Amino acid sequence: MMAADSGVALLIVALAVGITVARSTFAAVAGFLAYGLLLTLVWVRLHGVDVALTEAAIGGGLTGALLIGAAARLRNTEAAARAERSGRVVHIAAALAGVAVTAVLAVCVLTLPVPAPSLAREVAANLAATEVGNPITGVLLAFRAMDTLLEAIVLLFALIGVWSVAPDGVWGGRPGPQHLYDPDGILAYIARVLPPIGIIIGMYVFWIGADQPGGKFQGATILAAMWLLTVMAGLTDMPPISRRWLRIGLVAGPLAFIAIGLYGAVAAGAFLAYPHGFAKPLIVAIELALMPTLALVLALMLAGAPQRSALR
Amino acid sequence: MRTALDLFTIVAVTGGAIFFLAGTAGLLRFPDTFTRLHALTKADNLGLGLVILGLLPRVDSVVTAGKLVVVWLLVLLSGAVASQLIARAQRRRELRP
Repeated sequence: MMAADSGVALLIVALAVGITVARSTFAAVAGFLAYGLLLTLVWVRLHGVDVALTEAAIGGGLTGALLIGAAARLRNTEAAARAERSGRVVHIAAALAGVAVTAVLAVCVLTLPVPAPSLAREVAANLAATEVGNPITGVLLAFRAMDTLLEAIVLLFALIGVWSVAPDGVWGGRPGPQHLYDPDGILAYIARVLPPIGIIIGMYVFWIGADQPGGKFQGATILAAMWLLTVMAGLTDMPPISRRWLRIGLVAGPLAFIAIGLYGAVAAGAFLAYPHGFAKPLIVAIELALMPTLALVLALMLAGAPQRSALR
Repeated sequence: MRTALDLFTIVAVTGGAIFFLAGTAGLLRFPDTFTRLHALTKADNLGLGLVILGLLPRVDSVVTAGKLVVVWLLVLLSGAVASQLIARAQRRRELRP
C-alpha cells in the first residue's frame, strides 16, 4: 500500500509541474482535471470520503468545466498571448516568489505540533447531541453552522460577481450561448436518459449525508450538472436572470438558514443553536432548503454572465 | 469456497488491470483520434467491468453489489457518449476545408 501511496504522491507532484509548464491552455486544463481525480484518490486514502466527494464534484467536475469554458474563450487570443515574451527580471521575480511561497508553506507544515491539535475527540463525544450520524455533517451544520451559513452567502456574492461582467444591453438576459438542439445527436439522447438517474443519485447523496459521507453540496452539484446537461443539449434554456422565481430561489436557502438560526436564538438561547430534541429535523430542514439554492447558484455560475437579451 | 472466491477476485481484477494497461498503451501509441478512442473504450468497458466483477464476491450486501454494477453501467454510458462526441468533433474538424 505504501508503494501505491508514494506513487500517487509522486504522480501528483509531476502532474502539478506539468500543468504549470504546459504551453497550451487546454492541455493545462486537461491536466488539472486528472489532478482533481488524483486528489480525490488521496482523500479516499486519508479516509476523508466527504472531502473526496466534494473534491470530485467541485474541484474536478465543476471547476474543470469552468476552466474548459475559459480555455475555449481564450482560444482566439492564445496565439498572441503565447507570442509575448516576458523579460528576464519577470522570470526571476516569479521564480523567487514561487520558491518563497513554497518555503513558507514547508516551514509551516514542518513546525506543526505533533500530535496535531484536534477537536475530533470533542466532536465524537458531543455528536450524539446533534442526532446525526455523520460527524462531518454534525460539524458543518451544528458546531460550525455559522461557517456553512456564510459559505452559502459567499456563493451568492460570487454569482453576483459573475453577473456583474454582463454588458448593460443584456442585463437581466439569459446566461451563456444558445445551444443548438440536434434531435439525432448523442447529446440530446444522453440529456433525456441521464437526468432521471442523476436526480435520484443527487437526492440519494444528499439524504445519505446525515449518516454517511455525502450531503447537500455534493448532491446539489449533481443536480446542477443534470440541469446544465439539458441546457447544453438544447432541450431547455437558461432562464433570464431577471426572473422573479429565480431570484427568490437564490435567496430562499440562506434566508431559511437565517430564519432557523433566529428561531434558535429564541428557543435555545443562541443564534443557530438547536432546541433539545429538534436538532436532526432542523438540520435536515436547513439542508433541504439550501440544496435547491446551491444547485441554482452552481449551475448559473457555470452558465456565466448574461449574453442574450431576455426578449429573444 | 473462500479460496475459490479469492482466486476469482485475483484473476478478474488482474484481467481488468491488464485491459487498463493495454488501453493506456493504445491511448499513447495509436496514431489518430479515432483509434485512440477505440483503445480507451476497451479499457473503460472491459477493464472496469472485470475489476467490478472481481470485487462483487467481496461486498457484504446486495445493495453495495448493486451500486458497484450501477457505477459500471454509468461509466459505460458516459464513455460511449463522450467518445461519440469527441469522434464527432474530430470528424467535423477534418471535414472543414
